[in-house]
Amino acid sequence: MVNERNHLSDVGISHKVNIIGKGTVDLPMLQILQPDGSVHDDADMPDLSRDEALKIFRTMHYIRVLDERMVGAQRQGRISFYLACSGEEASTIGSAAALSENDMIMSQYREQGALAYRGYRTEQFMNQMFSNKLDPNKGRQMPIHYGDKALNFMTISSPLGTQIPQAAGYAYGQKMAGNEALTICYFGEGAASEGDFHAGLNMASVLNCPVIFFCRNNGYAISTPASEQFSGDGIASRGLGYGVKTIRVDGNDVLAVYLATQKAREIALKENCPVLIEAMTYRLAAHSTSDDPTGYRSKEEEQKWREKDPVQRFENWMKSKDWIDEAEHKQFVEQTRQDVLAAMKKAEQVDICEIDDLINDVYDTPPWHLREQLSQLKQHIRLYPEAYPKTAGRINHD
Amino acid sequence: MIKMNMLQAINNALITAMTEDEKVMVFGEDVGHFGGVFRATSNLQHQFGKGRCFNTPLTEQGIIGFANGLASQGSVPVAEIQFGDYIFPAFDQIVNETAKFRYRSGGQFTCGTLTIRTPYGGGIAGGLYHSQSPEAFFAHIPGMKIVIPRNPYQAKGLLLASIRDDNPVLFMEPKRLYRASVGDVPEEDYELPLGKAEVVKKGDHITLLAWGAQVEVIEKAAEMAEKDGISCEIIDLRSILPWDAETVSESVKKTGRLLINHEAPQTGGFASEISATVQERCFLYLESPITRVCGLDTPYPLAHEKEYMPDHLKTYEAIKRCVNF
Repeated sequence: MVNERNHLSDVGISHKVNIIGKGTVDLPMLQILQPDGSVHDDADMPDLSRDEALKIFRTMHYIRVLDERMVGAQRQGRISFYLACSGEEASTIGSAAALSENDMIMSQYREQGALAYRGYRTEQFMNQMFSNKLDPNKGRQMPIHYGDKALNFMTISSPLGTQIPQAAGYAYGQKMAGNEALTICYFGEGAASEGDFHAGLNMASVLNCPVIFFCRNNGYAISTPASEQFSGDGIASRGLGYGVKTIRVDGNDVLAVYLATQKAREIALKENCPVLIEAMTYRLAAHSTSDDPTGYRSKEEEQKWREKDPVQRFENWMKSKDWIDEAEHKQFVEQTRQDVLAAMKKAEQVDICEIDDLINDVYDTPPWHLREQLSQLKQHIRLYPEAYPKTAGRINHD
Repeated sequence: MIKMNMLQAINNALITAMTEDEKVMVFGEDVGHFGGVFRATSNLQHQFGKGRCFNTPLTEQGIIGFANGLASQGSVPVAEIQFGDYIFPAFDQIVNETAKFRYRSGGQFTCGTLTIRTPYGGGIAGGLYHSQSPEAFFAHIPGMKIVIPRNPYQAKGLLLASIRDDNPVLFMEPKRLYRASVGDVPEEDYELPLGKAEVVKKGDHITLLAWGAQVEVIEKAAEMAEKDGISCEIIDLRSILPWDAETVSESVKKTGRLLINHEAPQTGGFASEISATVQERCFLYLESPITRVCGLDTPYPLAHEKEYMPDHLKTYEAIKRCVNF
């Protein structure tokens, strides 16, 4: 074994030049539901109750409504930015459903499904996206950079892949504290090209961290297709190289995602080790509201993936179990639409934070130079109140 | 009090912190059984176990990324970057993550418990990549604290304060003093204040300001100047961020002159920031331009190390120019 200290002793020897090619390890994709929602005859099945299945199903529809409304809101100029997750709902919601609420979620930015599943409320989504004073981030980050300590959902940051070694560290801390909990870390196949991916997987593996690395291989990093992102066998093949237990799943099959994540969680906690899941899916949405996919991919390609739509696939399976009450479901979707619109109207009326919050939280308490700068800024705003209408009326006279 | 060199004082501070709080964990390249390439972490693994003192793979961005996650979870990581010259792969994790964690989450999550230890500076025949003084890069990052000790007593007290401070601290250790600087260090627990400069010696005609290993350089230059009848006030800045502008300004208002000495290249070095602030605060008190004695704007050389360094002779000449302006 090459991982032992006397690292040459047991290496097999060959007398012939044998350069190993690509694809020598078979990495099949776990699929339970066929694209039409019927179950493969011999498939392993997760133990999923009707209540759990309904929660997943509702969260999927909730997110579809939220995405649709918020893309609309961005188009109307009400928020600056949005990032939809259409096509990837099974990956994020199915995996979140297989976790314990004590598990930490470190996401990239397209995991609003996991956050909604955890119980993030519509008004919380809105307060964040409208950067108002009720946003726990105090309006400091662009829309969709959610975070909620109470729900064990780490605040999102824009730099790609930074959360990967952080997840290893967080999980190490959970292990050392004796928590029966782990960390799940989401990222895309594009972010897996960052150095932090390699650093993070290696560290988690060497330091025995109970963490699930969940790669949403959705085919695109903004406009760059996976074929121009990597040339090996996807992201899963890298897990093996780092000594990380690995599984590839159909990311549009919520049952497969759920079961794989459940198993990964069991293994990670029992053996104190990382597990890598590569979910094969497709970003039906644009990268963000600043992106237009018509410039880099065909309608035919998108159509092909619409036919594998994860929400429809799950709906068909739910129907086959007779688990959906049509009237109730229709009512839920309609109610969600109204709730989102009402919460949006409310959130956009709420003020931004006081000017003092500009310097709070840089440090535990603002040091002298920040206090000095704030005081100068306040004097300046008093000189030109009309140029700073959001704060001018609320400056205390200190 | 016992005599210790700076490495022993740092090791003693780590033992003190790890004994007091089981959430303190020490890690980095070679810090485990081996005790670090400079032996700052000697015996820690033996005393506290592999779970709390361990080797990491050779990846600085991984070390700091891991440390950020561990800190945000509530543990108290003390991460070592083996040489300050090799901290740059971790620059993104420090700039965009460590320093911004608290701000971006509105205080929900922080890396406040993190301390990054790294040896820095020249004078050990280390050439380009074992000699750099990168403090100014990090001084540009809101959210970080930067602390540099000048002797063993300072090292223990400042390191303990850094580990316990609720903000991420970059603790830079002047490695040419690791074994060269020996002094009395209390065996008991104590802390020295962060963000506070120390007036090492009172004087009247000029203020000399430095940090880390350069403090003894300006002390030596001051001794030469005293023989010419020039009375020097000597200040050890100790914290680069936030820095103690008040102590420095008060001194300059008294002496009317300021000389700043640092090893890092002059352009964009931290002396520039100090100069700008001091002239804003002390303009009408200044008797001569603020003077910088710094490294050259070259990569850190090997064969020309002596020529490159802002040594006591260059400092002495600058003192005279300043006083005779």
